[in-house]
Amino acid sequence: MTMIGDRQQLAYIASQAADARVNVELETEGMTLNIGPQHPATHGTLRIIARLDGEQVLWAEPSCGYMHRGYEKLTEVRTFPQVTALVNRIDWLGSFANEVPFILAAEQLMEIEAPPRAQWIRTILFELSRIANVSLFLGDLGVQLGAITPVFFAFRDREYVLNLIEGATGGRFHPNFDRIGGLKDDLPAGWIDETRAVMKKMRKFCDEIENLLFGNEIFESRTRGIGVIPRDVALQYGMSGANLRASGVDWDLRRDQSLPMAWDKVDWKVWTHNDGDSYARCWVRLQETRESTLIVERLLDTLPSGPVMTKVPRIIKVPEGEAWVSTENPLGEMGYYVVSKGDLGPFRVKIRSASFNNISIVPWLLKGVYVPDIITILASLYFILGDIDR
Amino acid sequence: MPLPLPSGKVNPLSSPADSTAEATPRQDAMREQLLSDVTACLGDALVQSHINVGNDLCVRVATDAWASSAATLKASLGFDYFCFLSAIDWMPSPFGKGEEDPTAEREERSTEIKQGLAGGETRMQVFARLVNHRTHVGITLKTDVPDATPVVPSWVNVFTGANWHERETHEMFGISFAGHPDLRNMYLPTDFEGHPLRKDFPLLSRMVKPWPGIVDVEPLPGGGDEDEAEGSAQ
Repeated sequence: MTMIGDRQQLAYIASQAADARVNVELETEGMTLNIGPQHPATHGTLRIIARLDGEQVLWAEPSCGYMHRGYEKLTEVRTFPQVTALVNRIDWLGSFANEVPFILAAEQLMEIEAPPRAQWIRTILFELSRIANVSLFLGDLGVQLGAITPVFFAFRDREYVLNLIEGATGGRFHPNFDRIGGLKDDLPAGWIDETRAVMKKMRKFCDEIENLLFGNEIFESRTRGIGVIPRDVALQYGMSGANLRASGVDWDLRRDQSLPMAWDKVDWKVWTHNDGDSYARCWVRLQETRESTLIVERLLDTLPSGPVMTKVPRIIKVPEGEAWVSTENPLGEMGYYVVSKGDLGPFRVKIRSASFNNISIVPWLLKGVYVPDIITILASLYFILGDIDR
Repeated sequence: MPLPLPSGKVNPLSSPADSTAEATPRQDAMREQLLSDVTACLGDALVQSHINVGNDLCVRVATDAWASSAATLKASLGFDYFCFLSAIDWMPSPFGKGEEDPTAEREERSTEIKQGLAGGETRMQVFARLVNHRTHVGITLKTDVPDATPVVPSWVNVFTGANWHERETHEMFGISFAGHPDLRNMYLPTDFEGHPLRKDFPLLSRMVKPWPGIVDVEPLPGGGDEDEAEGSAQ
């Protein structure tokens, strides 16, 4: 952290020293605190400028754009199948989940649907990206509060999930595996048993994190009642995912919209919390990770056989039209508004990423909090820089 | 005659189009009901609408009524979740799709501006999406942006979250939002010239070098030239 001292502040201190007054009431003078762009709490290069009065934040403003890659412009000069390689890199911790809504939007325009087995495998890989993504959040959470151990657990156990994703798709971080009309390949031999074993490990990881952090006195006192977002405010800012569910809104796009995916084929629970504070957001994410392991197991039990690719033309031209598809990604609602003019590539793609909305609440949320809580609140909101700047 | 398949098995030759081909009447009662509610609420402000059957309802409102329509929908129909706000430039790109060789003779490109669902009269349109978080039904709102003075009313007083989205739209499309407190750039340097997401803003990397990825099948590097291989076989 860099402190930018004000000239007035220095003058003030000097005059105080000159007067050598004692026992006066402590007055505070404003100071500007610059956090980032390079800071471990910012998951990339987010810069936050905070105006302080003593230990209290008067106003804070995130400064984005250190990682703006212009994907919306780039999609306009790509063909539809090529776009998945771009959108992979928006939320780089849950890459596969980024591909799915775009492919679904293209399929919706072409009026085709992937075969059931492909839908099942898509959903399984989607949930695996969620587990890989959120497990890192759970580990990272400890680091932001000064506990080192959870992050080692997280990196150790996330590797099992990444190995699974690599085993099925060939890419640890950027699978680029989803195709219009299905998937590139079927699952490799032995993958299903391996996945069942890893899901047990990940549940154990969740238990470990729960024992280490949730219930820890320091953790509780640093997160309970800190950064409270009421549900009306959360809705106005377009918060989504666990951030919204932690404010008591029972809304999960996996359950509440009909998509050609397999979430509605198995039983699972949507977790909510009514407090809306940092603790609630972390707690909801922990429960969701555990729930995801159950979803994966139940989907593996009911995995249908059959092809993983439907009939599509070799050169894909998407008919003229507009489609909006959003899914419940690890970070929240991720959606694409795809406009096609009947060409090889899209005419316009609006990428609605979760973190952009989730972080736009920061100026409102940080007003009046204390400096050490800035980091806790940012960590609990959970954003990925690529997902803000796109 | 197709043999009955065991349950859970899918005929690999069947495509989903076959099963849905029994011409289910393309209608969407839920969204038609919603549209009539929206029409009743907005009155004259609603210019045109389109139901994307089974997926979405798209409504175009008058530019002056852009902010008041959002407030009405929020207050009377419960559209209280702000999803996103952005814009579309409907002008066809004067630079083609990027797959073409920029040095080659250009073929004549259409310059006709054709708007999408729910129509339109101007080159650029602002569009946004709202969702009712109780019924989980969303609505896409569009409005025309006057060509001469690209200004539309701001949503900041209706949905606080529109603040950043309008800043982004202002920077990328050069559309101003009347009533927005602070239209600073989100991403680009303050002195950046031009509006990158407008179609007439060239993507410089494409100008310099044509996109090689348009070739669907490329020979593998080191795999030998196909023409040579054929020649030697003959």
